[in-house]
Amino acid sequence: MAILEVTGLKKSFGGVMAVGGVDLVVEKGGMYGVIGPNGAGKSTLFNAISGFYPCDAGRVVFKGQDITGLSPDRIVKMGMGRSFQVTKIFPKLTVYENIHSTVLFTEGCGWSMLSSTKHLAREGTRAVLAMVDLAEKADELAGTLSAGDRKRLELGIVLATKPDLILLDEPTCGMSPQETVETIALIKKINLDAGTTVLFTEHKMDFVFSMASYITVMNFGLVIASGDPETIRNDPRALDVYLGEG
Amino acid sequence: MELSSKWKALAGLIALSVLAVLPFYLQERYSQYEVYLATKIVVWVLFAMSFNLVLGYGGMMSFGHAAFFGAAAYTCALLMVRGKWPGIPAYLVAPFVAALIGLIVGYFSVRITGAFYFATLTLSFSMLLYILVFKWRSFTFGDDGIQGIPVPDLISTQESYINCYFFALIVTLVCIYILWRIVNSPFGLILRTLREDPDRAAFIGVNVNRYRLVAFVISAFFSGIAGVLYMSLEASLAPDILFWSSSGEVILMGLVGGMHVFLGPAVGATIMVLLNSLLTSYTQNWGMFLGITLILIVLFFPEGVLGVLREKYLAVAKKRSL
Repeated sequence: MAILEVTGLKKSFGGVMAVGGVDLVVEKGGMYGVIGPNGAGKSTLFNAISGFYPCDAGRVVFKGQDITGLSPDRIVKMGMGRSFQVTKIFPKLTVYENIHSTVLFTEGCGWSMLSSTKHLAREGTRAVLAMVDLAEKADELAGTLSAGDRKRLELGIVLATKPDLILLDEPTCGMSPQETVETIALIKKINLDAGTTVLFTEHKMDFVFSMASYITVMNFGLVIASGDPETIRNDPRALDVYLGEG
Repeated sequence: MELSSKWKALAGLIALSVLAVLPFYLQERYSQYEVYLATKIVVWVLFAMSFNLVLGYGGMMSFGHAAFFGAAAYTCALLMVRGKWPGIPAYLVAPFVAALIGLIVGYFSVRITGAFYFATLTLSFSMLLYILVFKWRSFTFGDDGIQGIPVPDLISTQESYINCYFFALIVTLVCIYILWRIVNSPFGLILRTLREDPDRAAFIGVNVNRYRLVAFVISAFFSGIAGVLYMSLEASLAPDILFWSSSGEVILMGLVGGMHVFLGPAVGATIMVLLNSLLTSYTQNWGMFLGITLILIVLFFPEGVLGVLREKYLAVAKKRSL
């Protein structure tokens, strides 16, 4: 059963076509990778799917509902979370507050004006911090974290929204080899244990081929190949534009 | 590491005791003018802290908060002078008028992307109100202002400022307590996420514009209360309080005191009112000296006086804990 269906999605900036009519189907519970060289349109595709950019044409259906043109907050409430290529966190809040604010909002306390945050949603916040291995850095300002820790914090924020589908834009970018291995394990765990569907972009090919059950290859805003990892490994178009470079 | 709640309670108790005996001491030791000055500080403390909900917590650079301060002051005065309303209903209605104006200004402003445009739009609304009050002489008394406002006897300043001081102090403390509850609530935390990164806030599910609007209206309401207190203190009004310079002053109070610390704007308001009073007694060019002082503060205390003190305290506490 498809959790996400993208049909004929187009997005241009001025005269430059960033995404030129992409079709994509993501099955529930799957792990999907989108690869392509820099400027292929992967991030723009994510931005258009998640409501960050309005689409010029096409349709995005999430959990059977047309979400084309909806604002990000409404899409998130429907169960889609996302991370960004350049990490988006709350830098002058502590790591704890970054997660706590998200847990509070997700649990429906966001409009409470007279109750103290101190005793609300503590367990949920701690659970997410432990999941992304940031419990020991809970009191540090998010802006002082290393690039790898920022990525993990952002992943924690995304998980705190309790999503059914997560869009991860280069989730291991800036991470050390050790951090990369840990993050891959975490994403796999989220996918297997919680049944969360994952759609990700990544430049580390080992990561992509060890994780994804289905891969879409993009170039110049178009899908040029798609299939399981074995198919993509042997696809001459994919090899030509991307894998061949290595 | 924050101060323990026991120390906070003790500091609060000492501060309250000082504030309670202060007007009597000032009246005895100095003159009524000093009591007036203390009351003025209390009024501006409330205005600066109300404004800081928008700037320091919400990250919205409003350059038009004088509109809410002045609108409530004028509403209250006109209801009593033109409408012959008794004091209590006029006092109660005025902040809601400020909140309503805040709702209208905020509705359009929060949709604007970019601090510069937000500041420009709020400034424009504020100046529109200023021109309206200035030009509509038949109703607002124009540039003559409103003189001899019938402030209720209980807080009248005709014989002494002490009653007015305590009225302003009690109202301000209650408002500060409510503001403190708000900024420490889930709503306050979400508001800070908007300041940090509105895009990320939207991607945790927050309707950014709606939160900003609610914060704007709350801030306008409390600014309106400060405006009513100002009217009670002065017993007269001039359109100047709606001018952009009043909005500028309240921004500077936040900058000077520290807009990322809850009591920062209170410290900023105290410093600014005292500086203003001190400098005007020595020179007519007080604005120039004030400008120099502000440049020094911004250069050497970019987080404001209380912000820097807090950083130093936290650094020392961290060192001790190692």
